[in-house]
Amino acid sequence: MSAVLPLARLMQGNEAIAEGALAAGARFFAGYPITPSTEIAEILSDKLPTLGGKYIQMEDELGSMAAVIGASLTGLKSMTATSGPGFSLKQENLGFAAMAEVPCVVVNVQRFGPSTGIPTAPAQGDVMQARWGTHGDHSIIALCPDSVQESYSLTVKAFNLSERFRTPVIILTDEVIGHLRERVCLPQPGDLPVVDRKKPPAGLKDYKPYQPGEDGVPVVANFCEGYRFHVTSLVHDESGAPSTNPVVTDKLIKRLHDKLMKNLDEIVLSEFCQTDDAEIVVVAYGAVSRSARRAVKEARAEGIKAGLFRPITIWPFPEKEIASLSRKARAIIVPEMNMGQYRLEVERAAQGNTRVTGVNKVTGELITPSEILAAIKSL
Amino acid sequence: MQQEVQKYLRYDKLPHIWCPGCGNGIVLGALIRAFAKIGCNQDNTVIVSGIGCSSRASGYLDFNTLHTTHGRALAFATGIKFARPELKVFVLMGDGDAGAIGGNHLIHAARRNIDLTAIIFNNSIYGMTGGQYSPLTPQNSRASTASRGTVERPFDLAELAKAAGATYTARATTYHTSLLTKLICNGANHKGFSLIETVTACPVAYGRRNKMGSGYDMLMWQKEHGIPVEKAKKLTPEELKGNFIIGELYKTEAPEFTEAYQQLIERI
Ligand SMILES: Cc1ncc(C[n+]2csc(CCOP(=O)(O)OP(=O)(O)O)c2C)c(N)n1
Repeated sequence: MSAVLPLARLMQGNEAIAEGALAAGARFFAGYPITPSTEIAEILSDKLPTLGGKYIQMEDELGSMAAVIGASLTGLKSMTATSGPGFSLKQENLGFAAMAEVPCVVVNVQRFGPSTGIPTAPAQGDVMQARWGTHGDHSIIALCPDSVQESYSLTVKAFNLSERFRTPVIILTDEVIGHLRERVCLPQPGDLPVVDRKKPPAGLKDYKPYQPGEDGVPVVANFCEGYRFHVTSLVHDESGAPSTNPVVTDKLIKRLHDKLMKNLDEIVLSEFCQTDDAEIVVVAYGAVSRSARRAVKEARAEGIKAGLFRPITIWPFPEKEIASLSRKARAIIVPEMNMGQYRLEVERAAQGNTRVTGVNKVTGELITPSEILAAIKSL
Repeated sequence: MQQEVQKYLRYDKLPHIWCPGCGNGIVLGALIRAFAKIGCNQDNTVIVSGIGCSSRASGYLDFNTLHTTHGRALAFATGIKFARPELKVFVLMGDGDAGAIGGNHLIHAARRNIDLTAIIFNNSIYGMTGGQYSPLTPQNSRASTASRGTVERPFDLAELAKAAGATYTARATTYHTSLLTKLICNGANHKGFSLIETVTACPVAYGRRNKMGSGYDMLMWQKEHGIPVEKAKKLTPEELKGNFIIGELYKTEAPEFTEAYQQLIERI
């Protein structure tokens, strides 16, 4: 077997994130330890310096997020990893990264909350915080892996998207996937595309760091690479200078929104599994989608036309996909390890076309296939 | 000299936002004179600031400038310096910025002895938000949130930084401008974490409430109450009461963080 797949090995989800980050070219990590994310910091603290990269354990998550942004502004691909309480502390500077358009990757290995909750138990309670956790109207990308293999490839993707769109990207995984060990087959170096941020050509006369390209994304130079300019998270004009001008303000906020919403084809990833003829569609993400996949298989074996839709990019929301499923399915079930955060979004996108129900488990345990199967059969 | 100093300013971003009588412009002036003296290269120097009136200074300086979030300037600066140790990094902060919300980052930047030059504009008050007391407001002073005078004891940030591991600390005022320029030069030339506190006047949000007079009167207050280190050595604590010490307060050598990490990389 190993002769056919030379890079096949047993790996943990968090380890796959660390390895994916290195493969994507990450060379800076700042963090603060927290269960169940700590392995990512531990592995990178060991490996980064061997590649000339930098690891720093900051005094808290506010500082970690700040250091990540500082490092990214100098041109290093930078990341941090955390869980619930730490994710709350990241929010202020996550907003800075969104507003000042600084590429970076933030991993949240979700644990059970609110507050310190159950540090070692899985949950999906941060779905809405990932979307709206930082104050103000902003756009964000959040990716949700369902396996160790995908933890690796989505981390590479996360860096690529952050560099491409100059935006923070959240990897919203959970304790189950983070601590799961399974067989992976790592791609050969070069098999996964790696994207680097655009740089402005040298010697431009009137360089404006925040002047957007046609795709809405500005070409911001790295610090001290030939241009001098100001970076602030105050509303700013295209030169980077603070402004309170209503026209400048409106233009900036709408551009930050549009640069993601008008490029959804590049951002939204999802998986359709037996949904073509499905009467009942299960919409599940992260660890729960593994149970959902099994439940759908068992339902099919019993002659029920069930299917699975798995959002991989959970933010921006797969609006189009849910709308089209809702026109065909008799019912949609959204199993989640929370009280129904994503279900409400699914319901909104389904526009009353079909019935949307949830399977919501808040015991600190993963939802089982039989719990989802029971919900399928009850419809 | 004029030209050498002026090149460090973004003239098109002036006039500044500061009130009449505010000392922040004097600190900015000392800063650009220090840049000229040390021959600061605009293309490999980064100026980082926090949030507050004083932190707006970064916007007027012609460098790669980063205006961050309240209290976090040193943490952003740590990322920059650690990522690219060859860059020179100055960090401008208010007393609330550095001493309250950013206090944790201050002690840890000092502990790491990371090569940053931190300049604190100490106007004894939260200027930007209109005059609430800060951790550096003298006890019994009035503030918009202390109409009967502050109850809390103030911080001595230079002492705090020294205890936390800073290897250079100094203090000057906006009256003692040539001293201030000299201390900024020395701090910038020092390898390791250096902190230069500048006592500056906020006549509008602090002076007015405490009957300290105009910006000019507050400068005269600084002149009278800033006691040079050498002179202070000869005074008793009783005689020093109500005054503060200016000059180079502390200087030592210790391994610098980014260099130590680089050595680790090279050892592997
Ligand atoms: C997290 C956060 N809390 C509060 C504020 C509001 N705020 C802005 S500036 C400031 C205080 C500024 O005082 P100081 O740091 O001493 O600087 P100065 O304005 O006096 O120069 C405060 C409380 C903020 N911007 N962010």
